Amino acid sequence: MRVEAQGIGWHASGRGIVEGVDLVLEPGETFGLIGPNGSGKSTLLRLIAGLLPRAEGQVLLDGRPIHRMPRREIAQRIALVAQHADTTDTLSVRDAVELGRTPWLSAFAPFGPEDRQIVDEALAAVEIAHLAGQRWHSLSGGERQRVQIAKALAQKPRLLMLDEPTNHLDIHHQLSLLRLVGGLGMTVVMALHDLNQAMGCDRVGVMQAGRMIACGPPAEVISPGLLSETFRVGASCLTDPRDQSLLYRFHILENDR
Amino acid sequence: MKGPASPKGLALTVTLCVAGGLAMLLLAVLAGTVIGEAPLPLTTVGEVLAVRLFGAAHALDPIDAGIIWNYRLPRTLVAAACGAALALSGLVLQSLVRNALADPYLLGVSAGASTGAVAVTILGVGGGVIGISSGAFIGAALAFALVAALARAAGGGSAQMVLAGIAGSQLFNALTSFFIAKSANAEQARGIMFWLLGNLSGVRWPDVSLAVPVAVAGFLACLIHARALDAFSFGRESAAALGVPVRRVQLLLIGAVTLMTAVMVSLVGAIGFVGLVIPHAVRFVTGPRHFRLIPASALTGAVFLIAADIVSRMLIAGQVVPIGVVTALVGAPAFALILIRNRVQA
Repeated sequence: MRVEAQGIGWHASGRGIVEGVDLVLEPGETFGLIGPNGSGKSTLLRLIAGLLPRAEGQVLLDGRPIHRMPRREIAQRIALVAQHADTTDTLSVRDAVELGRTPWLSAFAPFGPEDRQIVDEALAAVEIAHLAGQRWHSLSGGERQRVQIAKALAQKPRLLMLDEPTNHLDIHHQLSLLRLVGGLGMTVVMALHDLNQAMGCDRVGVMQAGRMIACGPPAEVISPGLLSETFRVGASCLTDPRDQSLLYRFHILENDR
Repeated sequence: MKGPASPKGLALTVTLCVAGGLAMLLLAVLAGTVIGEAPLPLTTVGEVLAVRLFGAAHALDPIDAGIIWNYRLPRTLVAAACGAALALSGLVLQSLVRNALADPYLLGVSAGASTGAVAVTILGVGGGVIGISSGAFIGAALAFALVAALARAAGGGSAQMVLAGIAGSQLFNALTSFFIAKSANAEQARGIMFWLLGNLSGVRWPDVSLAVPVAVAGFLACLIHARALDAFSFGRESAAALGVPVRRVQLLLIGAVTLMTAVMVSLVGAIGFVGLVIPHAVRFVTGPRHFRLIPASALTGAVFLIAADIVSRMLIAGQVVPIGVVTALVGAPAFALILIRNRVQA
């Protein structure tokens, strides 16, 4: 599915949170969204998912404007894992993941064996099959994060959007999540704080004060100059002796007070 | 949570549950007609029903027949409809507002309905064109709109909703008292105060033909949206991301809740705690899925209110205690338990 955002923006109480972003997501690519706190990453994700009212510009899914599509059809194509998700209901892990099937079910298509299998696969993909019977409330932050990702996978979307998916995860699950996401074969957009993780994306977009100031392959976009300008940090580029890949180490700029 | 493995097994389970539920409801209605100050044997009740419903030929005592057919049966049926509607209203509000304490009573919807009904009866608002039920509906809708707007202006959190509900309830209860003080004579005032606490004494057949269809329609509206209500577990935005047309579902369900509450309040007064306590009690048994929660809450609410009505008739010999007093006597301790349990979880 080709996703095209044309001049999208959003204002809240007179302030532009996101302004005039143009973006085309090619089928199957992994796109990383980076930028400092409050630069509009989460809002941009919500805008592309069509979740915000009074949005400016338009988003096209395979050429169809998203604001004319029923919510159900959007949810069959786009899944969003938000940063904070919590419930007061006493749901089990399986209950929560089964919610991901919602856009595919109706009175005439009730939850069946096929849906059960999709849910099982989603649970296995993020390594939480053993937690299926546990209560949501009993889970740790990282486990909850993986339940949310499993719920999104059970939605069988063509575009998966993740808002800081590696938050709360231990290093093993961070790496296995990034490998999982890379091997899904679907378009993935994720907001990331770890710039070295962003180096593994096909392309990255850099957000600053609501605008996308740079977009392209990470090796071309992420540079010491951009890092000092956007993130106000100095960076030294190192080479991993294991596979010669580039990585950054950061330090506070001395003249920044 | 393990469901039945095959669709066939599921169909069987659903059929059994529905049959069991209907049987329980029937038993409760029978109990409501048999038990009273003058206990009438089941055979008499059976004979009256046979004559009235199927035209059977039995010699009936006209007084017994009158008590059963004109008094106890309609009263019990309205109690059932009312209990089901209030329990459903509480359940739906709790799911939509994402607050364990939401119910039409706490959010001011019942108070608004009372004000609307009193405005029509005492002040003659609407000049006889608007009935009591319509007046109650307008009052309830106004109250909910006001509470929702206030909650939103205060930041839209779940605690703000309850606080706004308290403000709304106080305002509309004050308006009701003001209307009564301004325009009602002493006798009217006494009648209305009794009605405000919840009272099924005046219920007759025309009330049944309003209460039962509204409860059934409300039940179906909720059941159709069972899956959408499940999707609200992680909040509104999550529901939207799962393909639920949030605004439409909210508008429709809140409309259904307002209608159910308004009709029940206009018939029997504002009965508290049913909408708050029943859904929580049912959740312990059925779990959080609405496909089970909705029918189970409706059934439990219906049976509970029939029982409460029986108790209200029997508690003091020769006197009817307002049913709202009975539900509050049971509901307040149950509510305390819910508060304590929620604290343990947090």
